[in-house]
Amino acid sequence: MEKFKLLVVDDEPDFLETLVKRMTARKIEVTGVESGYKALEFLDGQDVDVIILDIKMPGMDGIETLREIKKKKPLVEVILLTGHASVESGIQGMQLGAFDYVMKPVPLDELLEKVRQAYDRKVIQADKP
Amino acid sequence: MEARYYKKLWWRIILATVGFAVIPLIILGGVIYHQFSVSYTAKIKDDMKTLAAGRASSLDLFLDERIAQLTGLANTHSLAQLQDEAYLNKFFNIIQSRSKSFLDLGVIDEAGNYLAYVGPYYHLLKKVNYQDTKWFHEVMTTGVYVSDVFPGFRKVPHFIIAVLVRERNRSWILRATINSEIIDKIVQAAWTGKGRDAFIINRRNVLQTPPRFGGKVMETPQAPDFAAVTGTTVEEMSFRGKKWLFATSIVKLKKWVVVIQEDPTRQLTPLLQARFLAGLIGLGGAVLIIIGAFFTTRAMMKELVRMEREKAVSDEMVMQSSKMAALGKMAAGIAHEINNPLAVISEKAGWIKDLLGMEDVTASQNLQELADAVSKIEYHVVRAKTVTQRLLGFARRMEPMTERININEILAESIEFLKNEARYRNIELQANYAPDLPLTTTDPTQLQQVFLNIINNGIDAIGKDGQIIINTRELAQSHELSIEISDNGPGMSKDVLQKIFDPFFTTKEVGKGTGLGLSISYSIIEELGGRIMVASEAGKATTFTIYLPVR
Repeated sequence: MEKFKLLVVDDEPDFLETLVKRMTARKIEVTGVESGYKALEFLDGQDVDVIILDIKMPGMDGIETLREIKKKKPLVEVILLTGHASVESGIQGMQLGAFDYVMKPVPLDELLEKVRQAYDRKVIQADKP
Repeated sequence: MEARYYKKLWWRIILATVGFAVIPLIILGGVIYHQFSVSYTAKIKDDMKTLAAGRASSLDLFLDERIAQLTGLANTHSLAQLQDEAYLNKFFNIIQSRSKSFLDLGVIDEAGNYLAYVGPYYHLLKKVNYQDTKWFHEVMTTGVYVSDVFPGFRKVPHFIIAVLVRERNRSWILRATINSEIIDKIVQAAWTGKGRDAFIINRRNVLQTPPRFGGKVMETPQAPDFAAVTGTTVEEMSFRGKKWLFATSIVKLKKWVVVIQEDPTRQLTPLLQARFLAGLIGLGGAVLIIIGAFFTTRAMMKELVRMEREKAVSDEMVMQSSKMAALGKMAAGIAHEINNPLAVISEKAGWIKDLLGMEDVTASQNLQELADAVSKIEYHVVRAKTVTQRLLGFARRMEPMTERININEILAESIEFLKNEARYRNIELQANYAPDLPLTTTDPTQLQQVFLNIINNGIDAIGKDGQIIINTRELAQSHELSIEISDNGPGMSKDVLQKIFDPFFTTKEVGKGTGLGLSISYSIIEELGGRIMVASEAGKATTFTIYLPVR
């Protein structure tokens, strides 16, 4: 059982569902939502440590969602997920405080490794006075 | 089409330049010449008029003086005195001492007989009776008479002046013969220049003085009849098929007409010279203008062709880059659209793999088959992902930018693009990359375009079965990198080699090559601060060498 709580935001239900299933099978506390609005709603109710956020989504896109998340919970670490390795949106995301950005498709183990690193950073940041 | 278009433009510019320059020149020349001609002719006419009037008044003066002399003589002496030939002779000598105008002097009585005579024709004339002559009657009625020129009894042209003197109950006449040479001289004073004639005619159009050209005294002059003119005139007239200028003036005392005749072509020589000179200058000017227009136009056309070519290259580059940008966008779109389903497939495969690890499925006898299938799916997902990643890489590089890159990598990528084509034609692409090649800041996209162009040309040149060798090297001394691309194709002749970087030059079939590839490559490398060189030998091989600065 990993120590962190994870939120996955992606508009592709098949992808979201499978990712959540596989993570749950690895005993990770994970929730999946399919839009930026839902992610923000979810955050109102609960705390999470790391969010995996798809950049390209209908309605509120990843970058916008990231901005809102950082307003609400500055300490939460966000890993951006993109099907489009657009350097600009990646750089923009990093400037907005994302931990990293990863290109789809990504092997689960690689993704989880990034999540662990993000969680470590969050812990260090949170411990700071 | 090009050549014809330029030829047409060339002609249009030449004609316009020459037209706009020469037409005003001709008009200017014409107007000035016309003005000059008008005023010059006017001046000539004026001169002639003045001359004619001058001659006429001189004659008037002369006749006036002679009449005055005679009247003076007649009135200051009595008939008795003048009848004495010795006395008359004395007087004649006095008069003659001042001017030799008088040939003789005679005193004639009312019956027409000489009372006294002094002169050379004493014996001839002394016996003459004038009673029935016209002049005698005239002088008896009018008092003064000046005759026309006539040969008279002595058969020499002369004229007479006679004055009637009334003395108490009788009258007598003082008659003098005037040497006609004197009026000849007065008129001949106007024989100036080469073609000017002057003569006097009487009212019956008979010559009173000999003309300069053709004709004798007492004959009809070879000129139009001016006997009826009333004053001083000047006009241009045709006479016997030739144009002449005639000026006339009246001798008042005798109603003679002084005629001055002028050959305008002679007198107008300065005008003709002016015309000739104007024509010469005009012609010279026109020739200069034409030569000038020719050279200017040639320079302009040269510049135009050069600019046109440059524009074609830059147009092509812009088109190429916009094409590439569009292609890049499309590639990015495709990559994105494929990556998402790939992600789902990858996750699903992962999930199956996860499930296969669970105890309840391990018992299945097809477990190994399933595991294999899932592995294959994962393998091909990775493969597809490489493709999309390459597409995205390509798309990213379509935007102009400079990056610090390793030239070897760019070359490798270019070769990757052309590998299939080369393999299909059985051409070996052999790359010898220099290890530890320093990174350089340059535009990888543009550079790749150059590499693709040159390697592609090599493949086209070889056609089938051959080898393209690519070498990279570091030139430490000059801080440069060199990329050598050699093919063992048919090579090029010197003629072709010289034109190889010219825009629109192509050796490929019509419709296959734009003829811009190498010229674009040339501009790109120049823009990136490098050089591109080519060495080739017909029948052997071609080597392109690109030098890029390390920076």
